[in-house]
Amino acid sequence: MRENVVIRTVSRIAVPFIQVFALYVIVHGALGAGGGFQGGVVFAASFILMTVAFGLTSVRKRLSNKWIVVYSVLGITIYAGIGLLCLLMGGNYLEYGVIETILGIPHLHGYLLDAVEIGIGITVMAVMTSIICDMADKGGESS
Amino acid sequence: MIWELDFALLLFMILCAIAAITVRDLLHATIVLAAYSLLMTVLWSVMNAVDVAFTEAAVGAGITTVLFIAAIARTRRSSSD
Repeated sequence: MRENVVIRTVSRIAVPFIQVFALYVIVHGALGAGGGFQGGVVFAASFILMTVAFGLTSVRKRLSNKWIVVYSVLGITIYAGIGLLCLLMGGNYLEYGVIETILGIPHLHGYLLDAVEIGIGITVMAVMTSIICDMADKGGESS
Repeated sequence: MIWELDFALLLFMILCAIAAITVRDLLHATIVLAAYSLLMTVLWSVMNAVDVAFTEAAVGAGITTVLFIAAIARTRRSSSD
């Protein structure tokens, strides 16, 4: 399967489109269908497609275990940080309107909502990729 | 909305659910479960729950199937009982 030209060519074309669609789903989640979780899952699906087409080592080269840990911590830090910032400003957890009122920046509410969605997306992408890579790992290949 | 469409989707869903737990080969059960998930996605869309349908399509038909196939690759494919 490692030598299959059709799978490799289709994957090389499809993976960038899947990743761009995942970013669209994450950013567009506040307005329509989708959100951080769904976008992160779709982003992880692109890494699964890369695992199927090019093998686990090429995915590990682009996204090693160290970076998976960094991404999952970074995403949850963005999410919890913005939530606690709202708490410090005197509102409820993830109540963005308080920060917008205090700082006086228009549309800050929407930016913070998008930032929280991006944080969720990064964490879900890292954790899903980690689960699939560890399941597909035959042992000794992990770095 | 259209009761014939709902009836057909629910009928195929029940058939897929029964097939997924009765079929002997675990790989076949995984694929039937993915088909169940796809029908569930269409049903959520018919019920105007687009967000839930998106999650069902991404997680149910995508990630779970790959996860089960990876788990089957690490263990045995057919059940012994």
